[in-house]
Amino acid sequence: MSEYVTLTIDGIEVKAPVGSTVLEAAKSAGINIPTLCFLKDINEIGACRMCIVDVGARSFQAACMYPVSEGLVVKTNTPKIRETRKVTLELILSTHEKKCLTCVRNRNCELQKLAKDLNVKDIRFEGELQNHPIDDMSHSIVRDPNKCVLCRRCVSVCKNVQTVAAIETVERGFKTIVASPFNMPLKDTPCVNCGQCIVVCPVGALREKSSIDRVWEALSNEDLHVVVQTAPAVRAALGEEFGYPIGTRVTGKMVAALKKLGFAKVFDTDTAADLTIMEEGTELVERIKNNGKLPLITSCSPGWVKFCEHNYPDLLDNLSTCKSPQNMFGAVLKSYYAEKMGIDPAKIFVVSVMPCTAKKFECERPELASTGYPDVDEVLTTRELAEMINEAGIDFRNLPDEQFDDPMGEATGAGVIFGVTGGVMEAALRSVPYLLTGKDEGDIDIKVVRGVETLKEAEVEVNGIKIKAAVVHGLGNARKLLDKVRAGEADYQFIEVMACPGGCVNGGGQPIQPASVRNEIDLRAERAKAIYAEDEALTIRRSHQNPMVLKMYEEYFEKPGGHKSHKLLHTHYVARENYPEK
Amino acid sequence: MSCGCCCTDNKSQELDKIIAKYKDSRGALITVLHEAQEVYGYLPLSVQKRIAEGLNVPLSEVYGVVTFYTQFFLNPKGKYKINVCLGTACYVKGAGQIYDKISEILKIKGGECTPDGLFSLDACRCVGACGLAPVVMINDEVYGRLVADDVPAILQKYIDQEAELAKA
Repeated sequence: MSEYVTLTIDGIEVKAPVGSTVLEAAKSAGINIPTLCFLKDINEIGACRMCIVDVGARSFQAACMYPVSEGLVVKTNTPKIRETRKVTLELILSTHEKKCLTCVRNRNCELQKLAKDLNVKDIRFEGELQNHPIDDMSHSIVRDPNKCVLCRRCVSVCKNVQTVAAIETVERGFKTIVASPFNMPLKDTPCVNCGQCIVVCPVGALREKSSIDRVWEALSNEDLHVVVQTAPAVRAALGEEFGYPIGTRVTGKMVAALKKLGFAKVFDTDTAADLTIMEEGTELVERIKNNGKLPLITSCSPGWVKFCEHNYPDLLDNLSTCKSPQNMFGAVLKSYYAEKMGIDPAKIFVVSVMPCTAKKFECERPELASTGYPDVDEVLTTRELAEMINEAGIDFRNLPDEQFDDPMGEATGAGVIFGVTGGVMEAALRSVPYLLTGKDEGDIDIKVVRGVETLKEAEVEVNGIKIKAAVVHGLGNARKLLDKVRAGEADYQFIEVMACPGGCVNGGGQPIQPASVRNEIDLRAERAKAIYAEDEALTIRRSHQNPMVLKMYEEYFEKPGGHKSHKLLHTHYVARENYPEK
Repeated sequence: MSCGCCCTDNKSQELDKIIAKYKDSRGALITVLHEAQEVYGYLPLSVQKRIAEGLNVPLSEVYGVVTFYTQFFLNPKGKYKINVCLGTACYVKGAGQIYDKISEILKIKGGECTPDGLFSLDACRCVGACGLAPVVMINDEVYGRLVADDVPAILQKYIDQEAELAKA
């Protein structure tokens, strides 16, 4: 039972729960207070002073932090407040690198919108501009401190949500910037490339390392057979870039757009997700039967894998040796597919479209080239795909729906749900009984592993073998669980970890929604709906029933966990030092 | 075993003791940094890393605190610590040019130390000798009413002094 207080905001009487803020109370009364640094649950520190209000105190207070109280009288819209906010914003703008026309966040910038909303027509101050080098040495993330407004959202998500803490505010006064210790490039830090910093950034200070130029180049090279694969979460969010409501599934239009861009074949990474389930399910069954290293921990999320390499090197043997679906698919395309189609693998150029910035780093791992060629040649984020579609002048909304190409385009519902937290676990549990006994058992829908709760558990029993499973998403949550595993306080056989909160649907490569949307809507849950809708729409929903996967085993890989599989579909990991001293 | 950098066995053991002393007290970071700097003279990456691990605080946070406060140093100080007063009186009397001249001759920026460990350069606030503005202090010696052209001779004095010492 929560208690309420009554306060007055701009002459309106408002009832608000004890412990809530003036910002929340005003919102419930339909009064919008401008914010810049505020991001619900992630960054509530009152740093930017855009949300100042008059609460009758000697100075204006930050509404995002000021608690409501009985009888409080708040004014949010007086000439003095408007002028103070404007001056504050003009001061921020006076030192901001205002190259808006060529900024990655042009037309999707919270600072731009604020300048418009506050009716700033002139910047009365001329401030000194920052002149810091751009850090573009990471395979995944580019940091441009000259565009930073010091809101600290990236610092908070990195430190508090992901517990990576690769960046922090350093120095003081005008010299303050967000940086890594000793200004090391991100690539030399324990940064896991998850890109959560990018999707919370209100401006263009953080972006992915673009692969667009190299993909255009490949597409215009007639000697190359350029194919593309798309991860499940991409179809659940790409529509947002073209004005569709959040959670709209645009699979057919996405495939049509990729064909228009000139890809020779458009494949579905979900097919490889089904293959992953066969390999990883078999690995689990074998480890259980042969007293192998348990719990088995999933290895699809490259952000999580790098996190484990930095922070839990002692648990690397628990990681599944399976490559991620992206890289399994690449290896299949450059071996089985190349052979079947009679194409020289040297001429096959594999592009993946991923909801993920860490996939760009994964793609560059030297060990992921088991055919003698890199499994995947270039990775585009969902955002980059949208940029290419726009650049090509494709009218996305009016495209007809098209189907993925044969022979690799067949996927099951189990493959689709890889894109959301709990999905890999659910897909595995749909197939594990079959892999153990040769018979299907249990429900298709395993709803206990769905949803955005931080830790989800499931238990299945097949032929007297009990499998206790756990699902975590967000690396801070993973850290808590892994500490228990390390201490011997957890008795799970199988653990799914996804680096991003909510899983891939909320990945660092997904369309950027401003705080105004993120404060109101749970992106994780909305985008997940699109994934589960596609799962339900598919007739085959268990990976081991995917006819294409069965055919691949029959014609090429022989059996899951077999010799060829181990050569092409499995990998190994390396312990990584945090902040190596040169 | 020595790691070959600034830290010898003794220093390393002292650092361990400092960390052990404050390991379980919250908010001890600044105290630990102070004590560690007393041991090492400055706070290099290797020391900050051990403090971060020992106190279970991210290195980024340690570095953030070190760079926030002016009393923590990232670089060792030289045998001769040059402090150029950039207080108001000295500044209007041209201390900026003197600072730049020293920086140019020694090829170091403020906060840095020459590779031979002889000189380090810092800016400081009013030393209370405004009548002598602009003022430079080298260790405890005060040089007043300077112009940029005085700088080479002053530095040379210390270089010669070192050469004498080396001969002896």
